[in-house]
Amino acid sequence: MKILVLLKQTPDTESKIQISADGSKIETAALKYIINPYDEFAIEEALKIKEKAGSGEVVIASFAGDAAKELIVKGLAMGGDRGLLVSNDGLDGLDSLGIAKILAAAVKAENPDLVLVGKQAIDDDNMHVGVMIAELLKWPHVNVVTKLTLNGKTAVAEREVEGGQVEVFELELPAVIGAQKALNTPRYASLPGIMKAKKKPLDTKKPGDFGVDAAALKAAPKAVLRGFMPPPEKPAGKVFKGEDVAVMVDKVVKLLREEAKVI
Amino acid sequence: MKVLVFVEQRGGKSKSSALEALSVGARLAGNTADLAAVVVGKGVEGIASTLKGYGADTVYVVDQDAYNLYNPVAYAAAVEAAVKAHGAKIVVGLAAPMTRDLFPRLAARFDGGILTDVTAVELAGNNLQGVKPMYAGKVLAKVETQNAPVQFVSVRPNTFKAENKGSGNATVTKLDVAAPTDGRIKTLEVRKGASERPDLTEAPVIVSGGRAMGSADNFKILNELADVIHATVGASRAAVDSGYASHDMQVGQTGKTVNPNLYIACGISGSIQHMAGMRTSKIIVAVNTDPEAPIFKVASYGIVADLFQAVPVFAQKFKALLEK
Repeated sequence: MKILVLLKQTPDTESKIQISADGSKIETAALKYIINPYDEFAIEEALKIKEKAGSGEVVIASFAGDAAKELIVKGLAMGGDRGLLVSNDGLDGLDSLGIAKILAAAVKAENPDLVLVGKQAIDDDNMHVGVMIAELLKWPHVNVVTKLTLNGKTAVAEREVEGGQVEVFELELPAVIGAQKALNTPRYASLPGIMKAKKKPLDTKKPGDFGVDAAALKAAPKAVLRGFMPPPEKPAGKVFKGEDVAVMVDKVVKLLREEAKVI
Repeated sequence: MKVLVFVEQRGGKSKSSALEALSVGARLAGNTADLAAVVVGKGVEGIASTLKGYGADTVYVVDQDAYNLYNPVAYAAAVEAAVKAHGAKIVVGLAAPMTRDLFPRLAARFDGGILTDVTAVELAGNNLQGVKPMYAGKVLAKVETQNAPVQFVSVRPNTFKAENKGSGNATVTKLDVAAPTDGRIKTLEVRKGASERPDLTEAPVIVSGGRAMGSADNFKILNELADVIHATVGASRAAVDSGYASHDMQVGQTGKTVNPNLYIACGISGSIQHMAGMRTSKIIVAVNTDPEAPIFKVASYGIVADLFQAVPVFAQKFKALLEK
């Protein structure tokens, strides 16, 4: 069983997101990057599947700049076998379909039995690329997966939807699975794991190596980011303290009815 | 502009925010002939009549056994057929689980553009311009489709107004679409959730508990309050990680992004990750013993008090008010 895990580098969830003075971009200089939290569940699931099977290969791949090598190595330290960086050099801001086309070509070349991704990236919160890759390869997909069971060439995946409902799918491999938080608990890299990771292979390739004309994708994007704005400021609220609890609650309930008109 | 609206349904009932998406479609289409809706499922034809007056002359209905339960490959084929039947250039849906699963697949299929979870959207020439929260709401991004033969947009629930303008007679056109036989995926079952309440992402009122709840058992006082005001119960990551609440209740950056009219935060200090998931709530009420808790900075109304004292009083006062 060969499993390809796709990870994205995203700003740490604690990061303050600063918009540039002209509103055109996010200031990245001071940002600390992490593996997109949902992608860690994807890595963990890949490692668990390999361990259960007793053999196989887990490839940790990312479409990113050189800085993401550090995060791929982190995936290798958790237990991945091999890293693959598909360089986004000169392709900053490429739209999700363009990225999916490049990664679909990389997946095709790698020819894994299963692609695992995080259900969404916490920067753009789009949930696009994993599903798009499945469509481009004519593979099935299940996203927001909380339980995955492999039975040879088929898998059963449970997907969390609204109201706590769970959709259960049976699908044939190869397929794309998007990991949700409840899927597992990602391991920490052990010290020996970290030492070993530095010696594991990590290739860097360009989109052209997979036969993709990235310049053409960049020249005709299907969606663009035009700029950024801060969310509207909320006016200062009314905070009550030091009075009898029932009195304070009564005041807030009245305000909710008469001022806010939400009850 | 030819616009198609995908009306999500489960168990023969459309989503409560479906009419919001339809109203966005009506605005973009500009006239009733150019707006169509599509409903996919089994025994779902009746939904068409609920769309009357919201601006669409045509409702495409794909109603067959194969579509009884959601299947991404089958549903994609059904919506694809409706896009082609209508000649749609724009496809609108709700930023809810089904649409968010389908639209990226369809955007790739049509080599189209896609904007997801927008809080504003309008036409700019032939392109769509939208505003979408990024970094879990810490910033708003201006996004635009380009070079797209078909454009897909999902709109955030509880953000746009559903408007019945009395035009658009929602006449049913049945589409016979064979479900793909080579999809390599089947839906075994859909298990019901424990709660009959609306999902957090669509709930108009949410009562949330944090670490200060102290135990899973203590969440029952939030449930009692929620019963009174028809709210859905949420939780902070701290409460989920402590095992007091299940993960599907988590509000915040690695949980759900919510957008209710009223969000009542009980014993939640307000980490940056939590606030990222609920800051667009229209009215926020915070109850916390710590007057310095960051949650008070975003709260419309705050009470510095022990939640175990305040929450039962809230339930009692709301009950008295609503019974009047």
